[in-house]
Amino acid sequence: MPAINPPFTEEHEALRESVRGFIERELAPHAQRWEDEEWFPDEVFTKLAGQGLLGLKYPTEHGGEGGDYLHEAVLIEELTRIGSGGTAAGIGAHVNIATPPIWRFGSEGQKRDYLEPAIRGEKIGALGITEPHAGSDVAALRTRATPVDGGWVVNGEKTYITNGVRAHFIVTAVKTTEEGGHHGISFLIVDRQEGVKSSALHKLGWHASDTATIAFEDVFVPSENLLGGEHEGFKLIMANFQWERLAMALGAVGAMRAAWERTAQFARERQAFGRPLSGHQAIRHKLADLATSAYTCQCVTYDALRRFVSGEEPLREVTMAKLLTQRASFELMDACLQIHGGAGYMREYWIERAARDARLGPIGGGSDEIMREILGRLIEAPPAR
Amino acid sequence: MATAESVLKPDFAAKRKHFIFNDEHEALRESVRNFALKELAPHAAEWEETTFPNWVFNRMGELGLLGLDKPEEYGGQGGDYFSAMVLAEEITNANCGGLAMGVAVHTDMAMPPILAFGTEEQKQQWVVPAIRGEKILCLGITEPDAGSDVAGIKTRAVKDGEEYVINGSKTYITNGHRADVIVLVTKTDADAGYDGFSLFLVPMDSEGVIREKKLEKMGMHASDTALLAFQDVRVPASALLGQEGKGFYHIMWELQGERMIGAAGCVAAAQKCFEHTLQYAKEREAFGKAIGHFQVIRHKFAEMATKIEAARQLVYMTAYRFANGEYPVREISMAKLYSARIACEVADECIQIHGGAGYMREYNVERVWRDMRLNRIGAGTDEIMLEVIGRSYGL
Repeated sequence: MPAINPPFTEEHEALRESVRGFIERELAPHAQRWEDEEWFPDEVFTKLAGQGLLGLKYPTEHGGEGGDYLHEAVLIEELTRIGSGGTAAGIGAHVNIATPPIWRFGSEGQKRDYLEPAIRGEKIGALGITEPHAGSDVAALRTRATPVDGGWVVNGEKTYITNGVRAHFIVTAVKTTEEGGHHGISFLIVDRQEGVKSSALHKLGWHASDTATIAFEDVFVPSENLLGGEHEGFKLIMANFQWERLAMALGAVGAMRAAWERTAQFARERQAFGRPLSGHQAIRHKLADLATSAYTCQCVTYDALRRFVSGEEPLREVTMAKLLTQRASFELMDACLQIHGGAGYMREYWIERAARDARLGPIGGGSDEIMREILGRLIEAPPAR
Repeated sequence: MATAESVLKPDFAAKRKHFIFNDEHEALRESVRNFALKELAPHAAEWEETTFPNWVFNRMGELGLLGLDKPEEYGGQGGDYFSAMVLAEEITNANCGGLAMGVAVHTDMAMPPILAFGTEEQKQQWVVPAIRGEKILCLGITEPDAGSDVAGIKTRAVKDGEEYVINGSKTYITNGHRADVIVLVTKTDADAGYDGFSLFLVPMDSEGVIREKKLEKMGMHASDTALLAFQDVRVPASALLGQEGKGFYHIMWELQGERMIGAAGCVAAAQKCFEHTLQYAKEREAFGKAIGHFQVIRHKFAEMATKIEAARQLVYMTAYRFANGEYPVREISMAKLYSARIACEVADECIQIHGGAGYMREYNVERVWRDMRLNRIGAGTDEIMLEVIGRSYGL
């Protein structure tokens, strides 16, 4: 019988098994502490690197594992088993959004200086696009790079940057023309240095994640740190959005699966009115509804993933997967919290954290409203089916 | 992999076939669609009043559309399961929910149990002419006092020498007036619980089979729906379908295929309603521009498209499992539940986008709304689907 969950094969399932084992042994036991401290230690990156997990999709010549996006998809789903959305987010920001542009568009020197140490877990990366005055509307960003001898001087401010305090380098979107906009944005790899000032932000969820506002004050960036073509930064942004959004969908699929399993277990054990919660039809049907939602999200996400890895340009499918899964995940978490009753509201149970963590989904990586806007515009030209 | 250049200008009109379908399926899709559009759709409005005529079966038999996934030795096309799904999807182009249902009852509900459990003689007698479109099939499960609770049916078949004598009644039977034979669920042993049911192939012209009335419905008007009575109907022992006492399990198996095909039909009908409404939104103007260009309306389309796509992936993935020999009852129940729900939601939203026109019969959306509403009830209600899914986890 062929694999039941295309595009994954037995090889991926074996990887899944080993990643899950590693996460449950090495990371999950610390989740609560990291959440309380609003920080997970840097050694998480070196531990993951030790397992080859920071370079699954990168070529072996740069120290990667020579796999592809599917291997990474497995990692993303399983990272949710840490039980700390913030920790998964920090790892994800490094693997899914900060390093791919260097792999795709970087020079050999940039790959040697940033990608390779990142795969080894020695340098931690962040991606800096969002600004206080430019969120969904990327073209409006203001951070300015002024040309000087041998490079640029950068001034401006980035915010909501995951890994923003700890990052050794920030892949930063800057205006390289006065007008900025679609044809005036470039990417620079900015090293941590004097003039780069990070301050941590406190959030509704994702507590273990290091999220920061970063101010750049007269920061010199040498010309060899230009990533991709000058004024062609918008292309880089668009190129990675698809994978970022797919990664978010995969994260939601993994999180929903794990949360459902734990809640079903709770419902079987918890007694009320003389029988397990699951013996009450209203609860049983709620769990059935949630299972349907989780499986639907999986199907739509895996289809988008399959298309993505096969070289199609599934903007429509990825956008739909992102829109559907993020809201469904939050709704599932909220319903799981409800099933837990009073316990669900308590910090000692994992579910209130999962619900808070899931709330970011419909906002981050392009808000629901942006997803609907993209889809609405696409609908002008429906695909032949 | 997408390149930096290509992501700037994606080609949304590119053909993006799902992996379960090959070029043959696409060719079949094309021909079913043409047939439905040219030969069926022009009569759709009339058939809402009269129910669709029997020549539809003759014609579909002639075109080889009634046995797409059935074995060649019985006159079928010998295709795979996905070819049956193509039919279920494309027949929606007839714009006639009742017709799609009548055909599905024939090909995907009544026929599979005969092929799966029938004797060679039964297959020759019923399946061969059914695939040719010369005999019409129906399926009798529901009774006036037993719907979702299948085990509560009361129609009795009592052995009398070499014959069985059947008494009872069945209701909501699609094709019940036009059918030549009914696959009938009966109780043969009142004390054996789930092991007391048996299926029979009862010719509808048998003495004692009474077609009591044509039932009037909220939607699916083109379909003929019957209340049937069986009064001392005598059938030979050779009319027993499958094993005596195993009828309940036989019919539970049948329901899986029925739900799968129903789910595929829901997705296709929702898609069609969506496209129809999209066209309307591009043409209809309000406040100086096409209503589709208002952000709120555009987002409604985005939302509907996302739901339909999700349902489609759920159905295709589940069909893939089903066709590969799994018996994925849980996922089939999910696909049926979700597809039926979104079909109703989409139809309702399409009415809203049409505004006053949506409420009018001539725009056809209100018919889709009425037709789709059945899907949350027929072939197992939403509540039964939830119960099956919940219990599948040991809850």
